[in-house]
Amino acid sequence: MNDPNSTIISLKDITVSYDGEQVLSSFCLDIHDGEFLTLLGPSGCGKTTVLRTIGGFIKPDAGDVFFYGGNITALPPHKREVNTIFQKYALFPHLNVYDNIAFGMRLKGKSEREVKETVHQMLSMVNLSGYAHRGIGQLSGGQQQRVAMARALANEPKVLLLDEPLSALDLKLRKDMQVELKKIQQQTGITFVFVTHDQEEALSMSDRVVVMDGGNIQQIGTPTDIYNEPENAFVADFIGESNILDGLMLEDFEVRFAGHKFRCLDKGFGNNTPVDVVIRPEDIDVVAPDSTHITGEVTNVTFKGVHYEIIVDVAGFKWMIQSTDYRAVGDRIGLSLTPDDIHVMGKSEYSGMFGDYSTFSDEMEEDIIATEEAQQEVIGDED
Amino acid sequence: MKTNSRLLSAPYTVWMTIFIVLPMVLVAYFAFTDKQGSFTLENILSVGQYSNVFLRSIWLGAVATAICLVLGYPLAYIIAKLPAKRQSVMVMLVMLPMWMNFLLRTYAWMTLLEDNGLINAALNAVGLPKVHMINTAGAVVLGMVYNYIPYMVLPLYSVLTKIDQSVIEAAEDLGASDSKVFLKVVVPMSMPGVISGVTMVFVPAVSTFIISKMLGGGGNLLIGDLIDMQFLGSAYNPNLGSAISLVLMVMILICMGIMNQFDDGEDNGKGGIML
Repeated sequence: MNDPNSTIISLKDITVSYDGEQVLSSFCLDIHDGEFLTLLGPSGCGKTTVLRTIGGFIKPDAGDVFFYGGNITALPPHKREVNTIFQKYALFPHLNVYDNIAFGMRLKGKSEREVKETVHQMLSMVNLSGYAHRGIGQLSGGQQQRVAMARALANEPKVLLLDEPLSALDLKLRKDMQVELKKIQQQTGITFVFVTHDQEEALSMSDRVVVMDGGNIQQIGTPTDIYNEPENAFVADFIGESNILDGLMLEDFEVRFAGHKFRCLDKGFGNNTPVDVVIRPEDIDVVAPDSTHITGEVTNVTFKGVHYEIIVDVAGFKWMIQSTDYRAVGDRIGLSLTPDDIHVMGKSEYSGMFGDYSTFSDEMEEDIIATEEAQQEVIGDED
Repeated sequence: MKTNSRLLSAPYTVWMTIFIVLPMVLVAYFAFTDKQGSFTLENILSVGQYSNVFLRSIWLGAVATAICLVLGYPLAYIIAKLPAKRQSVMVMLVMLPMWMNFLLRTYAWMTLLEDNGLINAALNAVGLPKVHMINTAGAVVLGMVYNYIPYMVLPLYSVLTKIDQSVIEAAEDLGASDSKVFLKVVVPMSMPGVISGVTMVFVPAVSTFIISKMLGGGGNLLIGDLIDMQFLGSAYNPNLGSAISLVLMVMILICMGIMNQFDDGEDNGKGGIML
C-alpha cells in the first residue's frame, strides 16, 4: 500500500473559477501513496480549492481528478474514499462524541459492536478515552479538533484531507498537535494532504511541500529543498526570512552582487545572466568592518529569544541578520559570506517584489509611535 | 452597576406586574368565585360539559399545525438555500400577508369560499358542480393555516440558515447521500425551530375565535368562541369564561411541556441508539 512511488491521487489540468475569477488554471499535481503532503501558500493562493476539488466539494470547470488511476471527477463527496478535517471542525452539535465518531461507520451499515470497538480505539488514539458521552459543546477547541480527527479516521479513508486544522489553536497546543498528527500519519500510513499558510508547520511535518501562489505551484520539494534551494523570490521570501539581492551570474560558480564578486556553488545559468541572490539571515557572519567587503550601519535591533534580529544598512540596502551577539544601533559592522551561504535563483515574475528590509524598521517605528500614543491616552483617561 | 440595572428594569417590572401578573390573578379569582364573589369550584367543574368544544379546538388546531409544518418546512428549507439577496425577498413575501389586517384577510376567504363565492363561480364557469366550503371544519383549518403559516416558516427559516454549511459537507464527506444528510443532520439540527414553530402556530390556532366565527359558521364552535360568548355574547358569565380560559391555559402548558420533553429526549436521552 505504501509504495512511495505509486500515485494515489492525480490532478490533471484542473481549472476552477469563482464568479468569473479563475482560481486555478490547468493545475496538475500527483500525490504519492502514504506521504504527508502539504499545500502551503498565502490566503487566496488556491490551496483550499485544490483540497476541496479532491474532496469533491468543487466540480472543476475543466480537468480531471484520478484516484488510483480511475477518474473520479464526477463522483460526489459521499462516494469518495477520502475524508476531510475541516477548519472549524464541523462536528455535529446534536450528537455526542461517540455518535459523531460513529456517524460514518453507521452509514456504511457496520454492526453496533464493530462501531463501538472502533470508536473506543479511535478515542484512545487521540487521547480522549472517557469522553465518549460528552456533548460537543463541553469540549475545548483542541478536544474538538481531536474528535474531528477521530471521526475522519474511523472511516478508514485512503486519503485524509486537512484544511488548516490547527489554525484555531493556541501556539502550545498547535505544536503538540503537529507532533500528534505526524505520529498518527506514520502509524496509520494514510496519505495526508495538509493545507496551511504556516511555513513552520509545513516544514516540520511534511514529506513534501507544495508552495503555491496565485493558483500556481511555485515549487514542490522536501522541506529542506524548499528552504535551502528556493526556486524563485516568492518561495525564498515566503519560507523563512531572506535577503534577496539583484545579481549577475558572471560565469559558473561566480556571481556579482552588492557591488562585489563572490564565489558560489551554483552553475548552469550561463554567463552574464541577471539572477536573484538569496542569503538567509542566519548564514551571515558578523565581523569587524575592516575585514570584509560588505559593511554597514545597524539601524534596528530586536531581541527574539534565541537570537537578535539586526537590520543593517549597506549602501541603502537593508539586510537582516540573525545573530546571537548583540550589536547596538549605530554600530558599523562587517558582513562575511562563504560560498555555501549564497543561493542563486533565476529571475521570475516575483523578482524585485521582495528584497530588503527597509520597510521593516518603518513599520516598527509606526507601531512604537502608535503604542506610545495609546499609552498616553490611557494615562490621560486615568487622570 | 447593580443599582443601575435594577433602575433600568424597574419600568419593565411595573409593566409586567400590572399587565401580566395582575390579569392572571384576576382570571384565577373570577374562575374560582361566583357572581357574589364567594369561593366556588362550580365554574371549573362545569367546564367539563364543553369537552367536545375543547376536543374540536385541539383537533382542528393540531391539524392546522401539522399542515403548516408539512407546507412550511420545505418552504423554509428552499428559502434558506437561496442566495442571500433572494432570501430576504422571499422572507418578506412570507411576512407580507401579516402586514394586512387579520380581519380583512379572513373576510377575503369568506368571499372566496361562499356558496356563491369566487371559487364556486369559477367552478360553475367551467361546468363543474358547486362545492360547499364555507361553514365547514375544513374552512376553519384553511383559515388557520393561511393566517398562521408565517409563524411556522420564520423560526424554521432562522434555524435552517444557522446550520453551518461545513457541517453539511462533513456529513457528505463521511458518506451521507443528500437524503441521509437531510434526515440525520438537517432535521435533528432544526428541531428547536420545529418546536417553536409548532408552539407559535398551535397556541393561537387553539384559542382563535375570529376564524371559526367567520369561516366555521355556528357548527364549528371553538374554545375562543365559547370564551367570547361568556364575556360579550348572550351567555354573559365572566366567571365561567375565566374558568374556561384557565383550563385552556393549563392544557396549552401541558402540550408545550410534552413538546419540550420531546426536544430534550432528542438531545440527551437516546444518545447511542439515535440511528
